[in-house]
Amino acid sequence: MWNQLLPSVRMTLVLSVLTGLLYPALVTGIAKAIFPSQANGSLIQVNGKVIGSELIGQKFSKPEYFQGRPSSAGDGYDAASSGGSNLGPTNQKLIDRIKADADKFHIENPDFTGPIPADLLTTSASGLDPDLSPASADAQIARVARTRRVSPDEIRRLVETHIETRQLGFLGEPRVNVLKLNMALDDKYRLDPDSGW
Amino acid sequence: MTSNGLLQITVFFLLVLALTKPMGAFMTHIFEGKRTWLHPALRPLERLIYKLCGIQEDQEHRWTGYAASLLMFSLASLVLTYLIQRMQGFLPFNPQGFGTAHAAQGATAMTPDLAFNTAVSFTTNTNWQAYTPETTMSYLTQMVGLATHNFFSAAAGIAIAIALIRGFARHTTETIGNFWVDVVRATVYVLLPLSVVIALFFVSQGVIQNFASYTKATTLEGAVQTIAQGPVASQEAIKILGTNGGGFFNGNSAHPFENPTPISNFIQLLSIFIIPAGLTYTFGKMVKDTRQGWALFAAMSVLFVAGVLVAYPGEQSGNPILASLGIENHPTATQPGGNMEGKEVRSGIANSALFATVTTDASCGAVNSMHDSFTPLGGLVPLVNIELGEVVFGGVGAGLYGMLMFAILAVFIAGLMVGRTPEYLGKKIEQKEVKMVMLAVLVLAASILLFSGAGAVIQFAKNSWINPTGPATANLNNNGPHGLSEILYAYSSGTGNNGSALAGLSANTPWYNLTIGLAMLIGRFLMIIPLLAVAGSLAQKRIVPASAGTLPTHGALFVGLLVGVVVIVSALTFFPALTLGPVVEHFLMMRHQLFALLLIPVWS
Repeated sequence: MWNQLLPSVRMTLVLSVLTGLLYPALVTGIAKAIFPSQANGSLIQVNGKVIGSELIGQKFSKPEYFQGRPSSAGDGYDAASSGGSNLGPTNQKLIDRIKADADKFHIENPDFTGPIPADLLTTSASGLDPDLSPASADAQIARVARTRRVSPDEIRRLVETHIETRQLGFLGEPRVNVLKLNMALDDKYRLDPDSGW
Repeated sequence: MTSNGLLQITVFFLLVLALTKPMGAFMTHIFEGKRTWLHPALRPLERLIYKLCGIQEDQEHRWTGYAASLLMFSLASLVLTYLIQRMQGFLPFNPQGFGTAHAAQGATAMTPDLAFNTAVSFTTNTNWQAYTPETTMSYLTQMVGLATHNFFSAAAGIAIAIALIRGFARHTTETIGNFWVDVVRATVYVLLPLSVVIALFFVSQGVIQNFASYTKATTLEGAVQTIAQGPVASQEAIKILGTNGGGFFNGNSAHPFENPTPISNFIQLLSIFIIPAGLTYTFGKMVKDTRQGWALFAAMSVLFVAGVLVAYPGEQSGNPILASLGIENHPTATQPGGNMEGKEVRSGIANSALFATVTTDASCGAVNSMHDSFTPLGGLVPLVNIELGEVVFGGVGAGLYGMLMFAILAVFIAGLMVGRTPEYLGKKIEQKEVKMVMLAVLVLAASILLFSGAGAVIQFAKNSWINPTGPATANLNNNGPHGLSEILYAYSSGTGNNGSALAGLSANTPWYNLTIGLAMLIGRFLMIIPLLAVAGSLAQKRIVPASAGTLPTHGALFVGLLVGVVVIVSALTFFPALTLGPVVEHFLMMRHQLFALLLIPVWS
């Protein structure tokens, strides 16, 4: 058995260089050449400052923004510490959290009636989910419209233009990217900083 | 269940079916040493590796030599990974300064027990992760310490499957091939080229690939968001293709930088199954009867469909307790319904349930949703899949040799029933083969059940070195039957070399790192070594021509028998444990019973 030691060590070193250094270097080189934006994280820059990544959700708590799902990544949307709540379906903590969030949601969105969409008050697996279901965005339209003093129909039209349908017509689920939607809101209905609310 | 969800699952399965033959035929060529269209480009690389490592390409080994090469290769690469982790603070490609004084607050310390656990985990193709990668591992550690094992352990798995196939295909010979040649060919012609293509495709979808330090962004609301970076795509491709499953990030394939779109998700699912499914065809081709391969494929398909048809409705029907709080449980055109805790919107219910089934059918263990938050019945499927031995397509190589193990058992049981010496593919299955197969089956079951039993009751003092939180159950994130599921899943996943987790369990303590580490070693090597012994023994035998009394092993009867044996062996072994975990949890959930996180009282 020990006569296999030397070939094992040599094989480990040679294959480590091949698959651990040369392979990622090759992929990096080609990726940076043909997909530079994606390779660097699909970062969104405004006036030269990075405001986030279009793939990574961020925390929204102000009423004039659409709010994403609750997050268990760090203290919420910590993109350096991803993860889910890992709360099981019979965990008291899960039920307490959702009950509290549901009460808060109804207070903040008094116009909303009916069952709350399944994704809106549940945490995602990564804690960085950039999306909401269209129904979850829809549930917040009245609040956003009122806060921004715009008609709900106008906001609804904006939301509809941001719905991404299933890829190739059948893959995945329809969704709305919260950051892109909120950027469009700011773009179109710039808040008057002196309005005082 | 929605019709669109079922459509996605159906299209996925049909594509696996369509890719099985071309993939299997290609691998047959590679391992029979024939030239393929890749040889003009890659043959020089293959020869260079032999030269650098002093390998005689035409030399073949007996099963003992083959096993010795595997063990020494695993040992050497395990030690290298251990050292890289422990010394990462002194090594390059470490912009976050892990292992140095510059590491951010909250970074995980690379303790000896964690480094051991992780080195074992990646060497054994498990990729159990007791750490949060983005707060623990430097880019160099991820690339050279961990991703390399994604190639090595996958190549070794394929090699062993090929060696076992040779045991059936050859006759009256002592040798079953050359481990080094099989590993190099699997790496150079199968894993590397596919990984490059898949990695670049992932980047096109948004998977990152860079060596930059973490990005500081200022969000729309003015907060600072630190965004982890790294060479993800190159690792992601082989993580999936090699059924390894160890994420670059803690969120694994749920993280938008690992799996950003439904299309990338679909390609991940296909990549998990493509090599294991292809190997069933390779098997048929090499034993010169492709019907034998398709019979295994059929048995695997039955178990795959059964799993997904439990997991998907389980998750889609959701949690009745949430429904009573006013959360929508039914799918509509604009929202997914069902149990969305621990799932991503872009994946929804169908793709999450499908991924959970596929990743545990195979020994992959990547996750695009958090299994810990699954409903009891939805979560039962991954757990059962692992405990079936991950033979539903299975890990690369591991699935095939696992299924062949059950095939030997199936013909043996059939032989007992009719009172004839069992045969499989013209080889008499005798005492030695059955003993070796039973050894593997029993060792795996014992590892899962004994470790889980110990974890459920063992007591430690609070702040003890071995488990600072106190008793082993103090590390749980959920109480009640779900807590037992967390422990049972951990040792099932470790022993089965899966690597997925009910991740609420805080497993980074010496107790869990060492015991799960041991379970992973047992699950890998005490399965492989007996099976290589079987391969060696089979290769020596003559081929007996089929007679009227031979049980045909390519028809529906055998497929049914094989599925039955897989299910019955696992059911007899694990049913009591499963009853106390997910099954009882299901009934309690239907009664809206909740569990607060009270520590289980210490025995006095």
